[in-house]
Amino acid sequence: MFEMVELITSSTLHIRNNVRADGRTLNQLRPLTCSRNLLNRAHGSARWSQGDTTVLAAVFGPKAGTKKGENPEKASIEVIWKPKTGQIGRREKEYEMILRQTLQSICLLTVHPNTTTSIIVQVIGDDGALLSCAINASCVALVDAGIPLKHLAVSICCGLTVGGHVILDPTVLEEQKLKAVLHLVFPNPPLSIHHKTQSLLKDEPIEHGIITSVMRGVMSVPDYEHCLDRGRIACTKISEFVRRNLQSSAREGLAKAT
Amino acid sequence: MTSTEGYKPESGLAAEIEVEAYHRLFPLQYYERHLAESVRPDSRALGRARDTTIALGPVTSADGSALVKIGDTTVLAAIKLEVMTPSIDSPDVGSVAVDFQMPPICSPVVRPGRPAEVAPVIAKQLSDVIMSSGMINLQELSLISGKAAWMAYLDIYCLNADGSLFDAALLSATAAFSHLQIPLVSLSDDGKLITVSEELKDKAAVEPVNKENRKLTIAVAPFSLTCIVHGKYILADPTSEEESVMDTHVTVVLDSKERLVSLYKAGGAVLLHTSVVKDCIVLAKQRMEELSEILRESLSAMEVD
Repeated sequence: MFEMVELITSSTLHIRNNVRADGRTLNQLRPLTCSRNLLNRAHGSARWSQGDTTVLAAVFGPKAGTKKGENPEKASIEVIWKPKTGQIGRREKEYEMILRQTLQSICLLTVHPNTTTSIIVQVIGDDGALLSCAINASCVALVDAGIPLKHLAVSICCGLTVGGHVILDPTVLEEQKLKAVLHLVFPNPPLSIHHKTQSLLKDEPIEHGIITSVMRGVMSVPDYEHCLDRGRIACTKISEFVRRNLQSSAREGLAKAT
Repeated sequence: MTSTEGYKPESGLAAEIEVEAYHRLFPLQYYERHLAESVRPDSRALGRARDTTIALGPVTSADGSALVKIGDTTVLAAIKLEVMTPSIDSPDVGSVAVDFQMPPICSPVVRPGRPAEVAPVIAKQLSDVIMSSGMINLQELSLISGKAAWMAYLDIYCLNADGSLFDAALLSATAAFSHLQIPLVSLSDDGKLITVSEELKDKAAVEPVNKENRKLTIAVAPFSLTCIVHGKYILADPTSEEESVMDTHVTVVLDSKERLVSLYKAGGAVLLHTSVVKDCIVLAKQRMEELSEILRESLSAMEVD
């Protein structure tokens, strides 16, 4: 009986029987933790972590006045991305723009016209799926600050392996060996008794609409649709987690106040 | 002049007000009235892109260059090659540095003290697409393994920003790389690589190092299409005015093997459903075929000269 020596080649992801290197299945997310109201000077703050990827988001606003060139009839959103180490470069500017456009689409901009809301995102740990973590943290921070929102947003990171499998929430080591990495943001719509179809297409529910999709790498069109399906299912789970978390901390806040 | 405050511009007022004033006062309704007739103010069909032209080699001092015009959007790309020492962990690959700049000439919103926010983002996206699509094989940029390799500086300047900047920039980068002519280099007496100019190539005492490898093979070329989604309409190749009025932009990048290199949508009022994604990809596929034909024609015209 000889020992089976498993050769982990440097260029392929080691997936045996649909189990990844850290023991997760293809569709399994890392443990999510979310805490609110950590910083007492910021109007709203939240810390979101997915495994070792941790992001702290702080919200200041609404502050009076908009920047030059912005529409004064609407509120404007400003995002500042602070990396864990290193100087601010093009990557940070890209993240700032994606985050800004995503959050602008979920905020009710006409409630406080001619104001600026600043969101500062500080990366505490980066172990893959960083942009998704930041979007989730920013959304919870906006709720903590009481900024009026149309609906919440949840984000997931999917990856396509060389072998054609779709994995969710990859780590940094997995991301380096993936054929393509895709960050998706879906809405987390309000639960109500009335089933009002707000989307234009009557047979597609609102939580299936994509708010944001950012891709790096190459994949075929059917693979992309496959990733969308997996991403939507994972996002419903994350949406439930966010709601539970926000409702329980709201109850705690109410108990403290009374 | 009739008063327009608090008036919903439906019937009566539209007949009284001038078209140009209506355009300035109610831009969104102006566009929506056109979209209801399946046409746009510049009389294009909704899915049709603007006229595209590619001119190869406008910058004679660069090793490869291209000038691309999509409608009024004008973008100039130039590649300059320099010899550098490759890094220790990848001794037989060259590298590419992409820079996208929007000088104040391109748009009234860009001023010297107020650079465009979108420029570094487009530069990064271009860099990602060029690297991940496999357009260039970096090993072809290697000269002597471990000692010398080419560093390609790709500089893209926007000369006139009228919407679809990323599409024009990507097309100009692809055209510039297709046009690139790698200069001949030979080893001088003191071990340095020097470029051999065309006239002296036959009289050179030393044999050039890279005589056979003068052009890069473009295995797959990525082509992109930016669309605007508004309600149930999809507008292909928007102008800058359309981009400012309607805020949901989707950029689809396909390569010549019909693989998806990038699908970029960031925020926007409209949520994208799968059927809309499929329609955008179909439009991008048509555009890819148009653009690869235009690129092929301009390359063959170059070769005839």
